[in-house]
Amino acid sequence: MMTDKDMKDGRDGAHSFALKLNGISKSFGAVRANRDISLDVRAGSIHGIVGENGAGKSTLMNIIFGLQTADSGDMQVFGQLASIRSSADAIGLGVGMVHQHFMLVPNMSVLDNVMLGTEGGYLLAEGREQTLEKLKQLSSEYGMGVDPFALIEDLPVGIRQRVEIIKAIKGGARILILDEPTGVLTPGEAKQLFDILRSLRDDGVTVLLITHKLEEIMAITDHVSIMRDGEMVAHRETAATNPQELARLMVGRDVLLSVEKEPASPREVKLRVSGLGCSSRAGNRLLKDVSFELRAGEILGIAGVAGNGQTELLEILSGMRTVDDGSIKLLDQTIDADNALSPYNLRELGVAHIPEDRHEHGLVLSFEAQENAILGYHNDPGYVRGMVMDKDAVLERCETLMKDHDVRPPNPSLHASNFSGGNQQKIVIGREVDRNPEILLVGQPTRGVDVGAIEFIHKQLIRLRDEGCAILLVSVELEEILSLSDRVMVMNEGEIVGIVDQTEASQERVGMMMAGIGSDAAA
Amino acid sequence: MTPASDLPRWADVVLLPILNLVAALAVCGLIIFFLGENPFTALWVMIKGAFFYSGSLGYTLYYTTNFIFTGLAVAIAFHAMMFNIGGEGQAYIGGLGAGLIALWLAPALPMVLVIPMAILAAALFGAAWGLIPGILQAYRGSHIVITTIMFNFIAGSIMVWLLVGPLIEQGQQSPQTPKFEANALMPKMHEIGGGVFSFLGSSPLNLSFVLALLCLVGFWFLIWRTKLGYEIRTVGQNPEAARYAGINVPKIIVIAMALSGALAGLLAINELLGVQHRVVLNFTSGYGFTGIAVALMGRNHPVGIFLASFLFGAIYQGGAELDFEFQTITRDMALLMQGMIILFSGALAYMFNPWVSKLLKRWMNRGEVTRV
Repeated sequence: MMTDKDMKDGRDGAHSFALKLNGISKSFGAVRANRDISLDVRAGSIHGIVGENGAGKSTLMNIIFGLQTADSGDMQVFGQLASIRSSADAIGLGVGMVHQHFMLVPNMSVLDNVMLGTEGGYLLAEGREQTLEKLKQLSSEYGMGVDPFALIEDLPVGIRQRVEIIKAIKGGARILILDEPTGVLTPGEAKQLFDILRSLRDDGVTVLLITHKLEEIMAITDHVSIMRDGEMVAHRETAATNPQELARLMVGRDVLLSVEKEPASPREVKLRVSGLGCSSRAGNRLLKDVSFELRAGEILGIAGVAGNGQTELLEILSGMRTVDDGSIKLLDQTIDADNALSPYNLRELGVAHIPEDRHEHGLVLSFEAQENAILGYHNDPGYVRGMVMDKDAVLERCETLMKDHDVRPPNPSLHASNFSGGNQQKIVIGREVDRNPEILLVGQPTRGVDVGAIEFIHKQLIRLRDEGCAILLVSVELEEILSLSDRVMVMNEGEIVGIVDQTEASQERVGMMMAGIGSDAAA
Repeated sequence: MTPASDLPRWADVVLLPILNLVAALAVCGLIIFFLGENPFTALWVMIKGAFFYSGSLGYTLYYTTNFIFTGLAVAIAFHAMMFNIGGEGQAYIGGLGAGLIALWLAPALPMVLVIPMAILAAALFGAAWGLIPGILQAYRGSHIVITTIMFNFIAGSIMVWLLVGPLIEQGQQSPQTPKFEANALMPKMHEIGGGVFSFLGSSPLNLSFVLALLCLVGFWFLIWRTKLGYEIRTVGQNPEAARYAGINVPKIIVIAMALSGALAGLLAINELLGVQHRVVLNFTSGYGFTGIAVALMGRNHPVGIFLASFLFGAIYQGGAELDFEFQTITRDMALLMQGMIILFSGALAYMFNPWVSKLLKRWMNRGEVTRV
C-alpha cells in the first residue's frame, strides 16, 4: 500500500501526530480482525475511519483504548512509544472514548456520572464541588447545555452523548474516539454534535470518528482512512475524495448508493390500526392514539429517532406485546385488549416479522444456521413429524435459503454467531420472506449490515412490494426510509406526527417532524 | 453461562477438562504429601480400589448411576437456563413415590408391574417437586435458585415427619419404613444374565444402571431431536428470541423443571429399590448437589455427563479404599477431591485457557512456517 509511506515522508516529524500505529495485528481464533494496520493521525484534526461492518474498525479502536491488546505492532501517542494494556493506561495517556452504547448509570445525575472514577477522597463533597465547576465550564465552553443535576434516564440520547464527551475530555483527553456516534441521533442532533466536535478540534483535541456513513465523513472530517477485511486499504484527504470513491474502497467494487424502484401500485387494505395505545409496566405511555392503514403492494416507512414508539408498534403488530387501547384489523382478524394473537398465530396468518435487533430476537446466536432457519416456523408440519424434528427437511430448507439469499459461507452447520452481520441478517430475512407473507413487518433491515448486503436487502424488499406484499418498514436511517418508502409516517414520543407521500418527503421536512414539529408547521 | 473460549473445539471439550482434572489431583496429591504419605502410592490405591479389587468396579458403576440421574436432572434444567439446586429434594420426594408403590403394591402385584410403576411414581413425585418451583419462577418470577433450595428443606421436613410417623416400621426405633417385598427390588447385575456380569463381583450395582443409560440416550434424543428440545434450548439460549418465535416461554420453563425433577427422582430407584430396600432418612446423601458439578463438568451433554459421573463414581469408591489403606487419610479425602475437581472444572474452568491458547497458537504458527 502506497499511502503510509507517502504520508510519513510528506509530513514534518513524528511529534505533529497525535497517534501513530505501526503494523498492528489482532486475531480471534482463526479470524484475523486486524492485519498489519498502520495509521497516522495528525494532532488537532478530525480523522474518520470508515469500513463495512466486520472490517475491523471496532477492534482497532478497542486496541487503541486498551480494551484489547494487539498481538503485534506498536503504537505511539504524541510521539511517545505507548504500551496501552487497559483503558486506565489509555486515559492516562490522554485517550478518551465515547462508546456506541453509552456507559452511564441511568439513575444517577449527570454530575455523579461525570465524577465517576475521580471521586477523590472518602467524602464526596470535595470531588463533587470540583467536578461541578469543571462540568459547568466545559458545558458552556462548547455550548453543550447540560444540566448537572438532571438524571441520566430523563435525558434524551443526544444529551447523554454529550455527557459521555464531557466525561472523556474532563479527564484531559487530547484524543477523543467516537464509535458510530450518530446512530441514535436525529439529523438536527447530529449537526449539533458536529459543531461540538469542530470546536473541540479548534481547541486542539484530536478526534477519531468511526462511522459507516459516508456523508458524515464528507461533512466533518479532515482526513479519512478506509478499512476492509481487517486491513487498512487507503488514506485520503477528505477534500480530495468523494463518496463514490470511498464506497468503492470500502466494498472493493462499485456499488449502487441509491435504490431503483418503480412507483407503487397499492391495492386493498391489509392492516388498519385505529386509536392504538399501550403503556409500559411503570405506567408510561409508549404509544398514543396511533392510527394508519397499510395496503398490499406498498411500503409504509416509519421514521423517527430510536425509542419513540416504533419498537412497541412492531412488537404489538407481531404479537409480542398486548394492546392496551384501540384495535387492529389485520387481514380478517381483529386484535384488541380482549383478543390477543400470539406471534405463532400471526405467522400462520401470513404476518412475517424481521425484528429490529437480530441478536436479541431474530436469532439464537449459539444455534446452528439451520436451527435458526426455522425459528418461529418450527411447528410447521414440513419440519416436524409428531414430536420429532425432521433433520433432513430442516437442512434442506436452510440450504435453499442460503442459496436464494446468497448467505456466505453457505454452511448450515455453522453457528449463527460466526456469520457476519450482513449474512446473519440475510438468514433472518430469508426465513421471513420465503413464505410470501401477506404482511411483512421490518425493523432496521440494514442495521450493522455492510454496503454490499444493503443493496441486496433493499432489492428484496422492493421485489416483495411489487409482488403485492404489504410492508411496514421501521428504520432509524432516514435515508433508508426515504429511498424505500412509498409513504412516510413520522413518530415522536409514541404519537404519529404525520404521514407524507414519498414525493413530498424531503430530508429537512421529515427531520423537523422527527423532532416533533408537526407536518403542517413543517410544510 | 460459559465464557467465550477462542480455543478449537477439541481443546475446549477434551484438553481443558483434562488439564483441570490434573490440576485438581495435583493439589490433592500435595495435601497427601503433607500428610506424610506418597501421593503416587495413594493414587494407585485409589485406582485399584475403584476398578481392580473384586466388586469394586460394580461399586464405582453403582455410584456412577446416581450421578447420571442427578447430573441429567441439573443439565436439562440448564438447557432452559434454569439453575436447579433442588435435585436433592426432588430425589428425596421421588423416593417417597417409589417407596409408597413398593410398600403398597408389591405384596399384590408381580415384579414386572411393580417396578415400572415404582419408576413412574419416583419420576412423577420428583417432577411434582420440580414443577412447583418451575411454576413459581415462570409465572410469579420467584427465583428458581431460592425456591429450589427452600424446597430441599421442605422435602427434608416432610420426609422426617413421614419416617418417624405414618411410615415408620412398626415396633422399630430407627426412622425408616418396613423392608420392601422381594418383587419390588431392582435385580442386582451380578445376579442376572446367567453370570455374564459376574466379573463385576458382588456389588450393589443393579438394573438401575441400565435405566440410567437409557436416560442418557433419551436425554440426547429429547434435547437435540425433538421439537420440545428445540424449544427448551431456544428458551435457554435466548428467551427473547423464543418469545419472538411464538414459543410459550413460561410453559417451557415449567416443563423443563418437571423433567428435571423426574430425572432426579429416579435416583431413588437405584438407592431404594436397588440397595436400601426401604425408604430411609437422608438416602440422597448429597448426590443431588454433586449433580450440579457433574452437569457442569459434563457440559450438559450426555456423553460428558456419563464421563463425569464415572469419574465421580470412581473417586467415591476409590476414596473409600484410601481410608482402609492409610492411617492418616480418611474418607473425607474423597470429598476433598470432589471439591477440588468442582473448583478447578467449575469455578476455574477457563483458568488454563490463555496459556493453552497461546501455546496452541505458537504450535500452529510453527506448523505454518515449516509447511512453507
